[in-house]
Amino acid sequence: MIKDTIKQAFLDLLPDPEPIIEEPVVEAAANDTAEDGKKKKAVKKEEPPRVNGVLECDHAAHGYDIDVQLEPGELLAAVMILDKNDFFLESITGVDWIKEKQLESVYDFSRYDFDQCRVVIRTRTPRDNPNIPTISKIYPGANWHERETHDFFGIKFEGHPHLIPLLLPEDADFHPLLKDFKP
Amino acid sequence: MSGPIHIRSDETFTLNVGPQHPATHGVLRVKMEMDGEYIVKAETVLGYIHRMHELMGENRTYPQVLPNLSRLDYLGAMGYTHAHVLAIERAASIEVPERAEYIRVLMVELNRISSHLFWFGAFVMDLGGFTPLMYAIEDREHILDLMEAVTGSRLTYCYFRFGGLYNDVDDDFINATRAVIPRLRKSLKKYDALVTGNIIFRKRLEGIGPISAEMCRKYGATGPVARGAGLDFDVRKNEPYSVYSEFDFDIPVYHECDSLARYNVRMDEMEQSLRIIEQALDKLPEGPIMPKKKPKLIKPPKGDYYQAVETARGSFGIRIVSDGTKNAYRFKLRSPTYSNMSLFDEACEGMMIMDALAMMGSLDLVIPEIDR
Repeated sequence: MIKDTIKQAFLDLLPDPEPIIEEPVVEAAANDTAEDGKKKKAVKKEEPPRVNGVLECDHAAHGYDIDVQLEPGELLAAVMILDKNDFFLESITGVDWIKEKQLESVYDFSRYDFDQCRVVIRTRTPRDNPNIPTISKIYPGANWHERETHDFFGIKFEGHPHLIPLLLPEDADFHPLLKDFKP
Repeated sequence: MSGPIHIRSDETFTLNVGPQHPATHGVLRVKMEMDGEYIVKAETVLGYIHRMHELMGENRTYPQVLPNLSRLDYLGAMGYTHAHVLAIERAASIEVPERAEYIRVLMVELNRISSHLFWFGAFVMDLGGFTPLMYAIEDREHILDLMEAVTGSRLTYCYFRFGGLYNDVDDDFINATRAVIPRLRKSLKKYDALVTGNIIFRKRLEGIGPISAEMCRKYGATGPVARGAGLDFDVRKNEPYSVYSEFDFDIPVYHECDSLARYNVRMDEMEQSLRIIEQALDKLPEGPIMPKKKPKLIKPPKGDYYQAVETARGSFGIRIVSDGTKNAYRFKLRSPTYSNMSLFDEACEGMMIMDALAMMGSLDLVIPEIDR
């Protein structure tokens, strides 16, 4: 199974090889009193941002199998693992976590194979100086996806050969998917 | 009179194909650096019909954004709305009645045929044959009539609902669909006799516009482009969703990697879609089309959800990042032609311009879907 191979490769790559077991979120609070439920909700709101690591996901619930969060510096090594295992690049996008003052870049990979394995790689970068190395040297198809992500979020992909607006007008100096964007 | 014109052998000129050009079927611009008839370098310029659907997905509720999805691809809209309802059903754990699933598959496959028919006509027209377009549009019209009677629209369908459908199909629809199938089979034979063997047609496509399997992988190409490069990849088979695993159908794969291979894939796919439709009509179970228990307000629990479907153009994906409210925190659309088109710049280098345009036609571009 490719899933296990990839998971092991990522665990070897990351400095902290502690796999995080996904906690079922919906459980609990069912038998508790209303007061307890309220307390739990209050605790949930202060949930810390996700720590780096490898997460095995239920495909039926999430639509992908492996979810990896890592430092921007580890990105290229991780993508090279996927390249070696014949993954293709599905898409690249971003998420603006404004409360945590971070921008997340999300990479989707999949395979042309019946041994299905969807891999999601996430990496976070500070919101005031978002810099992530480009993967367009490994996957030339990343070129457009990274330009699009730069358009929408202003993430700078270091080493990108042609980081100019793709979908937005050529003189655009705004990033519409940032949560503090005012049209 | 003036003397002979001296052209330096290393001199190139820039040619703009588009943004308004009949061969691009929409507002797409390709900046080409030409050496005579040969392309030295090409750069695709996008964004002429960019509408920021992803931001609309964030500031509207989930049901409100459903009609947006069919504005992405006006030829195969059903598949795109299918992805959205599946994504929400996955996120909010909504059960779908079996009858609704079968009707969904039926509609998506009808739409796939109508999309491929239009592509077939337009593609042959790009290569200089006008008549097949007229035949294809006539056949497509029969499918559109069928779908209009049930869904209420001809192109931009908003027929699916979270958990089911907006309208049940009646006996008229089922009988009319059964009647259309033999007609389409006959037409497919006609197209094959009329176009596929044509010597001019073959000379324009055979061995031209090579897109290798490795190139597909590096650029993330899916759909008929990947299957024309020998990759046996179809989301319906590789990652079955809805009730596709209950149907018996094949995935046509061609190994030639040229424009003709991509043409053949689509022509064979129409026959496979007809097979699915026949089986869906035979198996169509009785029952409700909406679930009994359905949340009034769609609020998926906090999390990150991805749903891929196989549309007429390839693997379309929706990523929903939910923060537990009625709007999406992030709404990402992964469109297949965006990836398929991104390899054009590299693939057309060194080709003659007319061959490159034939290859562009074989990618089956729908520009609003690239620009979103």
